[in-house]
Amino acid sequence: MAISFDKAIGLHDDAMLLRARRAEVLSNNIANADTPNYKARDLDFQAVLQDEFKKGIQQPLELTRTAGAHVYGIAEPAFASDLMYRIPRQASVDGNTVEVQEEMGRYTKNAMDYQASFGFLDRKFKGLNTAIKGE
Amino acid sequence: MSLSNVFNIAGSGMTAQTLRLNTTASNMANAESVSSSVDETYRARKPVFALRPPTPEQLRDNQDGLQPGQGVDVLAIVESDAELRMEYNPGHPMADEKGYVYYPNVNIVEEMADMISASRSFQINAEMADTAKQLLQRTLSLGQ
Repeated sequence: MAISFDKAIGLHDDAMLLRARRAEVLSNNIANADTPNYKARDLDFQAVLQDEFKKGIQQPLELTRTAGAHVYGIAEPAFASDLMYRIPRQASVDGNTVEVQEEMGRYTKNAMDYQASFGFLDRKFKGLNTAIKGE
Repeated sequence: MSLSNVFNIAGSGMTAQTLRLNTTASNMANAESVSSSVDETYRARKPVFALRPPTPEQLRDNQDGLQPGQGVDVLAIVESDAELRMEYNPGHPMADEKGYVYYPNVNIVEEMADMISASRSFQINAEMADTAKQLLQRTLSLGQ
């Protein structure tokens, strides 16, 4: 029986890459918190991960679509990896839509999620190591 | 690698905020620099921030989507064209022939608010870089 690293590692490496990319987008929002007319942007993590699921071997549980008008999840996977503009609660007079506190919160949460993905991946590797050594 | 881009982005943010702090300091220091004509008088200076355009690599990777951008740039430093403050003071050594001296159009209250905003933004950028550093350090210890 062949060992497939893709199957063993699962989605966690993709998740980590995506988190790193999101960190870049969010940090760009915060750096431009004082730039006139800058519009805050973000990517839809869940939708992108759904897209990854579709490409991969694993299939997530999905709602059955019985009519053409039923929409797919949160965003159409084809557009999921695109960045989208955030809808501000209270935009500034200079046209800037960055809300620094919220962006910082998202950035920190994203960092925690990254650490979680890292933890999963780390333990997967440790598990594989144990299996190989047979201890 | 996306996470190391965070350092560049936070760095550009800190540079821009430092420049803003510098203009504020210059404005405050010169708030009382009088002169004897409109043209010679110091005017409040303000930096103009703009989104740094994406790099060619980013454009190649994502051709039609919205680009993440690469931080913030300072396009220029402009002088405020607000009205100068004129004061009738014939005894002043800098007074013109009509007895007026000209004070810069620096608004101290506005400058103070600008200073606080710049220092907060600088802090938040530094914190961001610190978080990215921790994440990268942990990533390097993968599998150990």
